[in-house]
Amino acid sequence: MQTIDMAKTELRELNQTLQAQAKDTNQTAWVIENPKGAHAIAVGLDAPIEVTVKGSTGYYCAGMNKQATVHVTGSAGPGVAENMMSGTVIIEGDASQYAGATGQGGLLVIKGNASSRCGISMKGIDIVVHGNIGHMSAFMAQSGNLVVCGDAGDALGDSLYEARLFVRGSVKSLGSDCIEKEVRPEHLDILRDLLERAGSDAKPEEFKRYGSARKLYNFHVDHAGAY
Amino acid sequence: MCGIVGLFLKKEDLRPQLGELLTDMLITMTDRGPDSAGIAIYGDDSGKLKITVQSDTPDATFEGLDAALSAALDAPVSMRVVDTHAVLTLPDGAEAQARAFMAEKGIRIMGAGHSMEIYKEVGLPKDVAERFHLRDMVGSHGIGHTRMATESAVTTLGAHPFSTGADQCLVHNGSLSNHAGMRRELAAKGFLTQTQNDTEVAATYISSRLAEGANLGQALEGTLDDLDGFFTFVVGTKNGFGVVRDPIACKPAVMAETDDYVAFGSEYRALANLPGIENARVWEPEPATVYFWER
Repeated sequence: MQTIDMAKTELRELNQTLQAQAKDTNQTAWVIENPKGAHAIAVGLDAPIEVTVKGSTGYYCAGMNKQATVHVTGSAGPGVAENMMSGTVIIEGDASQYAGATGQGGLLVIKGNASSRCGISMKGIDIVVHGNIGHMSAFMAQSGNLVVCGDAGDALGDSLYEARLFVRGSVKSLGSDCIEKEVRPEHLDILRDLLERAGSDAKPEEFKRYGSARKLYNFHVDHAGAY
Repeated sequence: MCGIVGLFLKKEDLRPQLGELLTDMLITMTDRGPDSAGIAIYGDDSGKLKITVQSDTPDATFEGLDAALSAALDAPVSMRVVDTHAVLTLPDGAEAQARAFMAEKGIRIMGAGHSMEIYKEVGLPKDVAERFHLRDMVGSHGIGHTRMATESAVTTLGAHPFSTGADQCLVHNGSLSNHAGMRRELAAKGFLTQTQNDTEVAATYISSRLAEGANLGQALEGTLDDLDGFFTFVVGTKNGFGVVRDPIACKPAVMAETDDYVAFGSEYRALANLPGIENARVWEPEPATVYFWER
């Protein structure tokens, strides 16, 4: 196991070291100490390594992640796992606004709560939040799955495309063009798989599904009220 | 973008460390606001009125200022000069006369009250902290701000905190869009602002609500109805500390609470070195929700 202490190592050196790991590296386990809320920790990784950040992180932790597993033992600041391509990011605490924004693949697990704009413009990422999410989550979300074991805030799924939204608790309000939809067997399969991989004991049957009413895709005068 | 820090102590033990803790928090927020920095610190109630004033030519302006003010008020006045600022201590009831005296001499008033002192200047937070010996300050609570200007010029008067009432101060991250209209409404009620700055309007709004009898919580609640724009406000009063974010809440905020203190930071970085932070309750304040503590 390799340990990098941020009290002694500059952020740029830390990221360059992690980014330099080859796909077949033998150094597969990394621990980062003393993050103290620093920005852009463990960004742009592209190797199947496991990075544990011991503490809380600032803006944009694990952004643009490919292949790697990044595990934050504390909470994460704004934009965690932004534009993730693949791999797994796990936050033990809470995540601030726009967690998993624009993510194209991989799995983001938030074991606490996520605040506003979680999964905004998500494009294929899977996000599982054990707690609640804030307002404007999944705004313009295009594909992927957002699973919320707690409650969702205002304007969930506003201007939604084809992402699937699953909420176990209450939804304060739905955004424009977002509606509740039937939960079919294939959705239960998706939920079962994601909940298991995210370490949640919630039951797939407890969730409601929300999706796009598809009235905003193209301008249609009959849908003027939805704009 | 701006940086905000705040610390409200619940116990006496940390009072000697207040300046040290707040200064470290403030400097951590330098890259959110390198233009200017300021701090409001609440020390012991002096039992008298303290007015913090500022001059760009302190040597000339503060020379004999206490004696001149004392003569004008026909009352004892003491003065402590700290770089470009001076804290004048005078009897209660002399505030209006003292303000008129300062206005005549063109001396800027940063704030007034029984326990609050305000220090703010253009420059890097570490330099501002050093000039005013912020580390040595002792007190029960304090609020600091690092500024990256958006709405008005980079000047001493544009720096935060803004104080528009006795022992009241406010710092702001964001920008208000209805400050011109609100400034006129407040002026019509007799609450005048000194600058064209949007944040001063928010501070004046809260002062007006407090003057009308609202408590701190009610005054903060009012900002959600009456102010339009982006804001995270942190507010100090003689015995209170409050936080409110607008409903969109895109300006970051993190809070921490232990048995010893309540702390606010624009980012967790600002809180990361506080004593006992590893066991603190750390959370992001909810949008459109008022938080306040009073002792």
